[in-house]
Amino acid sequence: MAVLVDANTKVICQGITGQQGTFYTEQALASGTKMVGGVRPGKGGARHLGLPVFNTVQEAVDATGADASVIFVPPIHAAEAIHEAIDAGVPLIVCVTERIPVLDIVGVKRALETSNSRLIGPNCPGIITPNECRIGIMPQEIFRRGRIGIVSRTGTLTYEAVEQTTRANLGQTTCIGIGADPVQGMSFCDCLALFMDDDETEGVILIGEIGGEAEEQAADYLRANPGGKPVVAYVAGRFAPPGRRMGHAGAIIQHGTGGAEVKVDALRNAGVHIAESPVTIGATMAEVLARS
Amino acid sequence: MHIHEYQAKQLLAKYGVPVPDGGVASTVDEATRIARDMGGGAWMIKAQIHAGGRRSGHFDGAPQGEGGVRLANSITDVEKHAGEMLGHALITSQTRPSGSDVERVYVERACDVASELYLGMLVDRHTSRVTLVASAAGGVNIESIAKEHPESVIKRAIDPNEGLATDTAQELASELALKGGQAEAAVGVIQTLYQIFTELDASLIEINPLAVTATGEVMALDATLTFDDNALFRHPDIQALRDDAELQLGELEAAQHGINYVKLDGNIGCLASGAGTALATLDAVHLFGGEPANFLDVPPVAQVGRVKDALRLLLSDPGVASILVNVFGGGIMRCDTIADAIIMANRETPLKVPLIARLAGTNATFAIRRLKDAGPDIVFASDLADAADKAVTAAKQVKAIQRRSWWQRVRKAGGVN
Repeated sequence: MAVLVDANTKVICQGITGQQGTFYTEQALASGTKMVGGVRPGKGGARHLGLPVFNTVQEAVDATGADASVIFVPPIHAAEAIHEAIDAGVPLIVCVTERIPVLDIVGVKRALETSNSRLIGPNCPGIITPNECRIGIMPQEIFRRGRIGIVSRTGTLTYEAVEQTTRANLGQTTCIGIGADPVQGMSFCDCLALFMDDDETEGVILIGEIGGEAEEQAADYLRANPGGKPVVAYVAGRFAPPGRRMGHAGAIIQHGTGGAEVKVDALRNAGVHIAESPVTIGATMAEVLARS
Repeated sequence: MHIHEYQAKQLLAKYGVPVPDGGVASTVDEATRIARDMGGGAWMIKAQIHAGGRRSGHFDGAPQGEGGVRLANSITDVEKHAGEMLGHALITSQTRPSGSDVERVYVERACDVASELYLGMLVDRHTSRVTLVASAAGGVNIESIAKEHPESVIKRAIDPNEGLATDTAQELASELALKGGQAEAAVGVIQTLYQIFTELDASLIEINPLAVTATGEVMALDATLTFDDNALFRHPDIQALRDDAELQLGELEAAQHGINYVKLDGNIGCLASGAGTALATLDAVHLFGGEPANFLDVPPVAQVGRVKDALRLLLSDPGVASILVNVFGGGIMRCDTIADAIIMANRETPLKVPLIARLAGTNATFAIRRLKDAGPDIVFASDLADAADKAVTAAKQVKAIQRRSWWQRVRKAGGVN
């Protein structure tokens, strides 16, 4: 089954005529993803890479029945692009763009509250269900279809987990890179819930990092929903240099969360198997599955 | 991006938030002139650095207890305090261990404080909203108060569609036990802070303390403002307030090239692409028994020139005994970009220590072949474990050789019998 995307997912690209939009649309087409069109205001009616280009997301959805959109729009217009996709009712929106002002995303989050759209990102590598659908910028060649769901908050470290599960002959059902911006769309908890419900997924790998409290929230979720599939986690940054900070407000609202040790303890107490090192993520999952 | 207290106060004043009279000085003469011109009999002398904890900090080489925020009761005092601060490094709980050099002091009219409140505003990851944090118990101990008496801290997430309504601000003022004119003034301050936050894309505004003075005025006695780096493109006036003087040499160079670099104490130079991979690289080096010389994250969008500049930071660091390059090419970053950068950097600053490269993902095979053809002596690793192991072993060997040659030089010079 896999989660969120499969061979039937019809994808459009916002910003399809740009350099990145072009490059990754070509890659998606080459790996068999059902790309059905693109959006570029002012270029409606044209064709690009053999796909129809539309002026607005609404026109693209009306004409193609798209159920996912990937956004490669520069930061200055990216939030606007997400709002447009939300307004057009696109069920899954993946925003790869990085360096979007955080207050713009606060507005996006507010709009998502009253919509049925899901957002992955921003500043994320995207989502892949191997052999079926590839949305975003992850390198296809390291994936192999299999039985592990991966959800990761750190872009490039996602690939580390993917490669290790491929080498351990476990393979992946779906891999979701959710990004690590302070305000973002789907959370660890949202993705864990999907993987727990997915028939094909036998175990879940969670890749976290220091800062914020996403890992602590994932631990709370798993404690509240026990008895699910095994979860293996690696939290990057145990040996990170201490960050310099300003003011007290962050410490006041977070008190005690954010450090690697705290995150690892919270996850361990929720029954998560901890990969102590970034080089043993795949091996830890293989071991856990062999035992169960 | 951080700005100094004096800049923050100028900005607050522009928006109508009451702040004490004051002026900024970079020499002792300027400081005394400002105090004289302002008049009165008591002034605060405040070191301007990009870190908190100034009051309880101390100056390098000077005794504890004399921090970076002091009261002066005479012009002689102003002269003394400004002289002890300017040109000296102030060490606080929020600076690096060697402290931050004080290039400016802010000279401000001292006022009689009846009570101190805390007001903060930031984007809360938990609620995804701008959130106001307030407490009737402001001052230097706010963090410990928040920890021990969490009920004394008021938090209010602000709906971006509605903004900060007057009645919400009024509620807050009464929860802070303010009445009458003071409550009214506080409502004005709270609403103005939200206006500044959203208009200027702040990431943190903190007024600690917001003082109620003996004469009943409400006044911002200290102010911390930081801005969202990603939104600076729409605020050139804020960008003009940038002061990079506190960055260390390598850090400044890195910042100019858009590279995320932090100097550490070990001897294994690390270069990775992507913050998560860079953190994992440090973890792996530690777990194999080594000590990283730095954290260096080259953003995945970097072009070859920027990667080369990043590598040069490592090649020119005399403390580096081996270099570990860990890049998982994916998406925007391709391994051949890294290979070309290594070849270019080696041409400009030839490698003197072993370089271990772990290249995986997009174009890895191609990149490795290109490196082998170009000739620099590089050790290739099959995965992160292999790379960390090799880098740690290489660093130990280099250190052993350095020790041996030092020993031989000492012997030759006849220094040891």
